[in-house]
Amino acid sequence: MCKTELIDLSTVDVILISNYHCMMALPYITEHTGFTGTVYATEPTVQIGRLLMEELVNFIERVPKAQSASLWKNKDIQRLLPSPLKDAVEVSTWRRCYTMQEVNSALSKIQLVGYSQKIELFGAVQVTPLSSGYALGSSNWIIQSHYEKVSYVSGSSLLTTHPQPMDQASLKNSDVLVLTGLTQIPTANPDGMVGEFCSNLALTVRNGGNVLVPCYPSGVIYDLLECLYQYIDSAGLSSVPLYFISPVANSSLEFSQIFAEWLCHNKQSKVYLPEPPFPHAELIQTNKLKHYPSIHGDFSNDFRQPCVVFTGHPSLRFGDVVHFMELWGKSSLNTVIFTEPDFSYLEALAPYQPLAMKCIYCPIDTRLNFIQVSKLLKEVQPLHVVCPEQYTQPPPAQSHRMDLMIDCQPPAMSYRRAEVLALPFKRRYEKIEIMPELADSLVPMEIKPGISLATVSAVLHTKDNKHLLQPPPRPAQPTSGKKRKRVSDDVPDCKVLKPLLSGSIPVEQFVQTLEKHGFSDIKVEDTAKGHIVLLQEAETLIQIEEDSTHIICDNDEMLRVRLRDLVLKFLQKF
Amino acid sequence: MDLECSRLLPALCAVLVDPRQPVADDTCLEKLLDWFKTVTEGESSLLLLQEHPCLVELLSHVLKLQDLSPGVLSFSLRVAGIFAAQENCFQYLQVGSLLFSQPGGAPGLRLLSAPPFFLSSPAPCPGAVDTIFSLQGDSSLFVASAASQLLVHILALSMRGGAKEQPCLQGDDWPTCAQKIMGHVEESLCSTVTPKVTQALNILTTTFGRCQSPWTEALWVRLSASVACLLERDPIPAAHSLVDLLLCVARSPVFGSSNGSLWEMVAQALSCLGPAHVGPLALGILKLEHCPQALRTQAFQVLLQPLACVLKATVQAPGPLGLLDGMADDAMMVDALLASKSSCAGLLCRTLAHLEELQPLPQRPSPWPQAPLLGAAVTVLRLCDGSATPVSSVGGHLCATLAGCVRVQRAALDFLGMLSQGTSPQELVTQALAVLLECLKSPGSSPTVLKKAFQATLRWLLSSPKTSSCSDLGPHIPQFLRELFLVLQKRLCSPCWEVRDSALEFLTQLSRHWGGEADFRCALLASEVPELAWQLLQDPESYVRASAVTATGQLSSWGLHDPTSPQHAVARQSLLRELLRILSADSEGFPRRAVMQVFTEWLRDGHADVTRDTEQFVATVLQVASRDLDWEVRVQGLELALVFLGQTLGPPHTHCPYAVALPEAAPARPLTEALRALCHVGLFDFAFRALFDCDRPVAQKSCDLLLFLRDKIASYNSLREASPNTDSVEAAPWRWRAHEQTQPQEDQEPEAVLAMLRSLDLEGLQSTLAESSDHVEKSPQSLLQDMLATGGFLQGDEADCY
Repeated sequence: MCKTELIDLSTVDVILISNYHCMMALPYITEHTGFTGTVYATEPTVQIGRLLMEELVNFIERVPKAQSASLWKNKDIQRLLPSPLKDAVEVSTWRRCYTMQEVNSALSKIQLVGYSQKIELFGAVQVTPLSSGYALGSSNWIIQSHYEKVSYVSGSSLLTTHPQPMDQASLKNSDVLVLTGLTQIPTANPDGMVGEFCSNLALTVRNGGNVLVPCYPSGVIYDLLECLYQYIDSAGLSSVPLYFISPVANSSLEFSQIFAEWLCHNKQSKVYLPEPPFPHAELIQTNKLKHYPSIHGDFSNDFRQPCVVFTGHPSLRFGDVVHFMELWGKSSLNTVIFTEPDFSYLEALAPYQPLAMKCIYCPIDTRLNFIQVSKLLKEVQPLHVVCPEQYTQPPPAQSHRMDLMIDCQPPAMSYRRAEVLALPFKRRYEKIEIMPELADSLVPMEIKPGISLATVSAVLHTKDNKHLLQPPPRPAQPTSGKKRKRVSDDVPDCKVLKPLLSGSIPVEQFVQTLEKHGFSDIKVEDTAKGHIVLLQEAETLIQIEEDSTHIICDNDEMLRVRLRDLVLKFLQKF
Repeated sequence: MDLECSRLLPALCAVLVDPRQPVADDTCLEKLLDWFKTVTEGESSLLLLQEHPCLVELLSHVLKLQDLSPGVLSFSLRVAGIFAAQENCFQYLQVGSLLFSQPGGAPGLRLLSAPPFFLSSPAPCPGAVDTIFSLQGDSSLFVASAASQLLVHILALSMRGGAKEQPCLQGDDWPTCAQKIMGHVEESLCSTVTPKVTQALNILTTTFGRCQSPWTEALWVRLSASVACLLERDPIPAAHSLVDLLLCVARSPVFGSSNGSLWEMVAQALSCLGPAHVGPLALGILKLEHCPQALRTQAFQVLLQPLACVLKATVQAPGPLGLLDGMADDAMMVDALLASKSSCAGLLCRTLAHLEELQPLPQRPSPWPQAPLLGAAVTVLRLCDGSATPVSSVGGHLCATLAGCVRVQRAALDFLGMLSQGTSPQELVTQALAVLLECLKSPGSSPTVLKKAFQATLRWLLSSPKTSSCSDLGPHIPQFLRELFLVLQKRLCSPCWEVRDSALEFLTQLSRHWGGEADFRCALLASEVPELAWQLLQDPESYVRASAVTATGQLSSWGLHDPTSPQHAVARQSLLRELLRILSADSEGFPRRAVMQVFTEWLRDGHADVTRDTEQFVATVLQVASRDLDWEVRVQGLELALVFLGQTLGPPHTHCPYAVALPEAAPARPLTEALRALCHVGLFDFAFRALFDCDRPVAQKSCDLLLFLRDKIASYNSLREASPNTDSVEAAPWRWRAHEQTQPQEDQEPEAVLAMLRSLDLEGLQSTLAESSDHVEKSPQSLLQDMLATGGFLQGDEADCY
């Protein structure tokens, strides 16, 4: 559950959501922390996120608890409990699951955005969501000012599955690329896993066994159904029913068909034929795929074995999957195939042991692996990469696999949980706009080919992090005495502008000039910052430094002015 | 040249030199050139030139014309070359000096310069050799290569022309032309421009490769110092060509085995060439039949270096597994391995391929380090699947580089398969089998890797030694087979058809060899593999269906096909019926061809389903096959008919002259009865129909079959001469040809068939069929006519034109 001590969430202005899998804690933030900022997300993210939350709430509320135990959270008692309970950290912060009202309230605070839409945040930065190729509506975010660009890449995929492909080009020229949400199973290739999934499914069903696929109601399931659509006929399994059981099964299957603009090109073009983008429509039409909100009701009438059941929750702790584990667990003919990479399948199965049914682990995680990351970084070439510490070293279980880590130049900057980082760039410039009339009055002078300078006198107007140069107010007209001016209208006196000086003073030539003008007994001393020219007779000192020249003489204004004019001869004015 | 061609030739020559006429395409010109070559080989070229003045006119015209297409120019020069290759024609043409003024003339030059009289003349075309030197750098590779070859020719011919017994090494007495070329080569070898060095090396390589006269030794002695200098340079220029040259010299019989300086140079090259080039050199050296032992040892060490590095980086204690113990790592080799993924993969793949090539050769190094090599192959595969444990930073790097590298995986699997031929310690064999099983199991293995893994597994299984109780396989095999069939089951269900296909092929091969082994039968029948193979007969992919047909056919031959699962009632029906259904109903050719092959094999081996009623079987199969649209199915049908013939009338005669002549086995039954059986199964109907098949291979096969049948019948001396009704017999074959007989004739009379057999000119038909079907279109007349037609010059067509 979400950890709130780290940061005072009431001070957070903006939350950017990358994909529907990483927004499940949103109600805790928006409803219980005093958060008053804005949340940005794409439409499919919100809609499918809502389905996932709805399923979660439904699963939990279906089995209400008369009372909830909390005494065990006492540290003294907790340490006496069996593993893994005794090892659980910060149990005191654990919360109950949110309610549907909280979900609705949280989701109502989300501002919908589209890919490549530019959103101004307080004038300070502009944020833009880009397609990340991982799930329907999943986004990477660009956060940029006029002179700095930070890309936040999280949960991205370069594989061709159902979502729109990842937009890599817009990530170029980043000062910093924050990289997270890589694949959890870097050694498993999704294609191989899909093959494994199909083969094991076919083997089980051919032997008269049932297949249970614990899964989320959206995401990989679309790809699996598409794969099975092609496979079942070729494997002679077209008579085997596929059941999809979830409180949101119907909405999930229907939503997927209407988000055409968020789909890969191939699926988008089907919409114009017009055909449904996903083939599961045909599976439903031909009665090969049937979906039910729960195992009660229609399902129990239609249920036929052997069959394939997709249902949640993938942790095997709640939801309809629990019934099937108990129903089929005792027969070795049946198989449970784990495809969601978020949970350890061994831990998920632990309470059901001993188990006769076969267990197959085919985690399908389409997010970036390390080879793809290195290709992406070569393509995008950010100046700096920032990533979680785990990605900068091989996984602990495979410490020799140097290929299972991010390898880039300069080395990635890493962060740990709850660590605050200063990103490796300094804000040096601000963009300031000049009003057209002021720009008109400028007279640039070319000081080097291609570089011109002009002096500007103006009033700097700053509001909402935007800076504007306006023409200075006109000097007061001395002749206008008709109206009495109010004191408050007084503008600061605009003095006659002094020219700006540039250049450096060559000491030897300067001394020669002084001699020409009748000064004698001149002594030059080198100092750390420049030179001191000493006119001993006149008891006068000229201090020449890189960016200043001082004439120090005893109350002889005539002499000072003479010397000043000599100095000015060596400098350019504009 | 036949009359018709002679008549057409002048018109064609006129078309060729007429710039207004569209130029015939290059292919036609090439064909024409081929024809000229054939003609000049067959008759006197001089006579040809004299009888066809148009040819000389063509050549002289071509040289005068400015705006001629390069294709025609090149063609004419090559024609000139063909004719000028004979001295009398050369003199007749007297065109030699003219030709060299044409820059595009290189293809013709080669032919033209071949004759010795061209070069041995006192001053052979003074500028000619210089022109050829410059053509070596021509932008067209063909021209450059021709120029280089030409120089070799000239050099060889001039040396032969000089014909001293043993030319002196300084070359003072060498012919001028040879001296000039040698000077050029020497100069190029010292050049800093790599392409020049490459050219010089290529000339030398070709020279040593082609000429094995004693003068080449003098040539080598003169040039070896310059070649050796190349090895001192850094980087070594044209290393690839240098390797070719060294190997070519080493192979030349002129040098014998005592050429110390050559071997020294090779040894030096082995130690200083980069890893990319040293492998081929080492392999070449090891393939030589005579070569100092020290050099062979060095070459083998070089070849083993990359694998030694791999082993060293991954094996805790090198011990017995170490290759090249005690030798320092070659820094260059390690660098190459670590430089990049592609260089590492390239180096390992080449090394594995070289060793694979070396292994079966009789001159392979001895003792052959079978165990370390097997260890290395296993390690490379473990690095590829990420399960190897590196013990050094090099190992860690290799691990990262090779993980998931399909190219290296394939090469290592091939190599591993090849290593099954030697004797290895049991522990390593177990490791090899384990790594193969791992590879077959891994969901990440790509279809091509799986195919190689299946092939390697098959080789290992088939080469595994049998234990003393001869029917049993090795002690570890039964357990291995059980695990293997579990994997095979899964692979047979793969969504990727290539995988299903290779799995079926593997099953076929394995059961072909082991179908009778008890352990194998036991493990197979305990699995679902036969059942799955049966189901794949319905696969949507035709290749898979074909493989499934072969596999189930093979299993059935061994009595292994009967599905044991009680749930599949359909599956219990006879395989024969299922295969017949495929033969008559499958929409793709591959499965039907496979069925015919299975049936032929079944008939040959006396499969139980066939022997139950052989005649009925043959009759049904032939009837279906004869209607098939795929000619390969029909050919296979004839093959089956041939097997049946052999079984009915006795086997075909062996034509081996040394075979002990066995007394003719008494025919199984009287001829008339046998013939009646043949008639009954519709064999004659099928064969006669096939004789006039529009696909030539079918007709040829049928012709062979009928000839065999006729010879066989002739050997029955006692056969009574039949008196057939001549009219009907004469007419019958033509009826087949005209496709009048859509229905097979019911039981023809053997006598009628015999008479028909005699009446046919089978030999004549055989020779007609032996000619390719396009022999008319390929004839020179046709070619000339086509070319003229393109030019619109055929007189017959003029009337049609407005």
